[in-house]
Amino acid sequence: MARSSGKDAQALFHSLRTAYAATPTNLKIIDLYVGFAVLTAVIQVVYMALVGSFPFNSFLSGVLSCVGTAVLAVCLRIQVNKENKEFKDLAPERAFADFVLCNLVLHLVIMNFLG
Amino acid sequence: MARSLGGFLVLILLVSICDAASVFQPISDSHRSAASELFSPVDGSFGSLEETYEALRTFEVLGVEKKPDVSTASCALVSKTLESSSSTLKDLLFTLKVNGILKCKINEKAFEDIISRLKAAVNDANSLLDFYYSIRSLVLIKEQTLKADLHLADAEGVFRSIKALSQSDGRWRYSSSNPDSSAFAAGIALQTLAGVISLASSEIDQSMIGTLKNDVLKLFDGIEKYDNGAFYFDEKLIDARENQGPLSTTSSVVRGVTAFAAVIDGSLNLPGDKILGLAKFFLGIGIPGDAKDFFNQADSLGCLEDNRVAIPLILSLPSTVLSLTKKDSLKVRVNTVLGSGAPALVVKLVEAFSSNSKDESLIDSQELKFNPETGVYILNDLPKSIDVGRYMFAFEIVLHESGPEKVYATGSQTKIPIFVTGFIKIENAEIAVLDSDLGSIETQKKLDLAGNGIVSLSANHLQKLRLSFQLTTPRGRAFKPHQVLLKLRHESKVEHIFVVASSGKQLELVLDFLGLVEKFFYLSGRYDIELSVGDAVMENSLLRALGHIELDLPEPPEKAPRPPPQPVDPYSRYGPKAEITHIFRAPEKRPPKELSLTFLGLTIVPLLGFLIGLLRLGVNLKNFPTKAVPAVFAILFHVGIGAVLLLYVLFWLKLDLFTTLKGLGLLGAFLVFVGHRILSHLAAASSKLKSA
Repeated sequence: MARSSGKDAQALFHSLRTAYAATPTNLKIIDLYVGFAVLTAVIQVVYMALVGSFPFNSFLSGVLSCVGTAVLAVCLRIQVNKENKEFKDLAPERAFADFVLCNLVLHLVIMNFLG
Repeated sequence: MARSLGGFLVLILLVSICDAASVFQPISDSHRSAASELFSPVDGSFGSLEETYEALRTFEVLGVEKKPDVSTASCALVSKTLESSSSTLKDLLFTLKVNGILKCKINEKAFEDIISRLKAAVNDANSLLDFYYSIRSLVLIKEQTLKADLHLADAEGVFRSIKALSQSDGRWRYSSSNPDSSAFAAGIALQTLAGVISLASSEIDQSMIGTLKNDVLKLFDGIEKYDNGAFYFDEKLIDARENQGPLSTTSSVVRGVTAFAAVIDGSLNLPGDKILGLAKFFLGIGIPGDAKDFFNQADSLGCLEDNRVAIPLILSLPSTVLSLTKKDSLKVRVNTVLGSGAPALVVKLVEAFSSNSKDESLIDSQELKFNPETGVYILNDLPKSIDVGRYMFAFEIVLHESGPEKVYATGSQTKIPIFVTGFIKIENAEIAVLDSDLGSIETQKKLDLAGNGIVSLSANHLQKLRLSFQLTTPRGRAFKPHQVLLKLRHESKVEHIFVVASSGKQLELVLDFLGLVEKFFYLSGRYDIELSVGDAVMENSLLRALGHIELDLPEPPEKAPRPPPQPVDPYSRYGPKAEITHIFRAPEKRPPKELSLTFLGLTIVPLLGFLIGLLRLGVNLKNFPTKAVPAVFAILFHVGIGAVLLLYVLFWLKLDLFTTLKGLGLLGAFLVFVGHRILSHLAAASSKLKSA
């Protein structure tokens, strides 16, 4: 049974990969961006776990900037995705403009909190 | 015990003060110099006529030599007042009084006019003061112009009118319409009536004079007295017009009585004690600070100095503190009130009472020897029964038989408090440490209390300390001083004071340390010993540091009382305070630099991964606008975003929020504009592509 579950997992994985390959490139770019942001956040958490949270505000601002930008990117992805019927009428450039603006505001706050 | 001793002494002190005794001194040079200072003229004159008269009369009575010269201004004022027809009667009186002292040159005609005016005033007078001013002025004119034929027209009638204002208690009213009577007015009335008697052409009826003498006696029945033997007159009603207190009232009465006694035949039969008492009242004032009071005192003493009732003689001592050791002699002076010499008399020291035996006199009556050069009565050696201490000496004055012309008032006995001091011998002083119970001496040291030697002792709590010495007076008797105190002071400034008890000549103190351990707060260590022996009559009172004693006391138990906190120097709180060292929060441990740098690198890695991933996805810039205008906007858009990020970096590095927001506002506006252009262009392009 383990072998069949292993084969099933492999098959599942393979089908996911092929499905994913079908996504448009701009969405893949956004996914890559999200991954990059989350990975940066994880590295910061590991660092904090090692050395302690002395300048806690700095830690928070670093982690929250990564998390925040990841969240905004996810929102962008939702709005830009053509298969999403809800945002059919929203131009992707408009969504991108919102993304940029929100990021700038987020980073202003982060820079203030960084200390 | 010290407190009961002190209370007993205070009681003795009070009792001795209540004893009617006070030393009166006749007028001296200090009075004269005070007069010169008090009466100082302004611009060559003393002010009004009344003030000028008061100053001149004071100088005259006291015999002040350095008088300010006011004759020019005053004489000018005198002539002006005498020649003017609008001067009041009061002004005339004071003018004539001033003239009597200064003896200005006045022409005869002025006097004639005044005499007729005054005589008319006497006839028209209806109040006591009118009579007083006019009649006294006439008397002064008679003295100054030497007119022997100046007489009052109806002397008896005037006498009766003035007498009608008298009251039954010897006081006088000012006028028939005013019911208030006063002793001050009585004095004025007596002066006026004396003037009437001297101005009368024929003898006044003796019965009227007799009634007046009775009035004077009744007035003196109402005299009041102080405990120190001074007699005075005071008013029942306070009248702010003329009466300012017992001094002015008594002065007025003295002037009146002496003036009256001067003009009558025979004597007034007033008791000499009362006249002496009046003199004591004036002398007891000392040196008054007010010009009016000074004048009243000087004028009254001048009247008493040589009066026809009784001349008071004052017995005074230049010094009431005598030293047995220096062999001081007792000196007594007898003078009149103004300090002039007395007639031939004998002064006897009759009795001497000490403070603890008030009934028995310690000495027999003895006579003092008179020294004619100095005018002092001396007793050379004090009797053997007089030792150091406080005494009350009673003196008596016995006059040699004098003629009937002058009567003197000497009083019966004059009591004067005398202090006799002396050098007290301190002998056999020794300090010893004894073993308790057995009483055997462990250490014994002789003390020389007159010298400076220091002793050093040691004792533990099972032993006793004994201090003993003998005090002897110059006459060889036992002496018990007011204060004999032994003080033990610990190194930590805690002090304990003990009273040394006396029995006969011997003074002894035994300190049993066993009983004192708790009182000493169990403090062991070095105690400084200090002895103080003092008394008012002891000329060699001493406060001496005797040395120190090392005391070994047991350890204090749990609940032992702590020694009282020593008084802190009250000014120490203004000094610098203790230094405060701030304890900062220990800085957090920072991680090693290498680790931080490693992770910095690690943080860059996902970014690199992102860029590589983008390349792998085949990112291209195909959608970048090729036409010029949109291209510019596209570039500006990216530049704008880059500028905002740069601004953020600057904000983190050195800018503050407000500057950043200002910059951000500008850049943001720019970015919005540019972004809108390029993105709308892109949107239009893609929609065109879609529709196409």
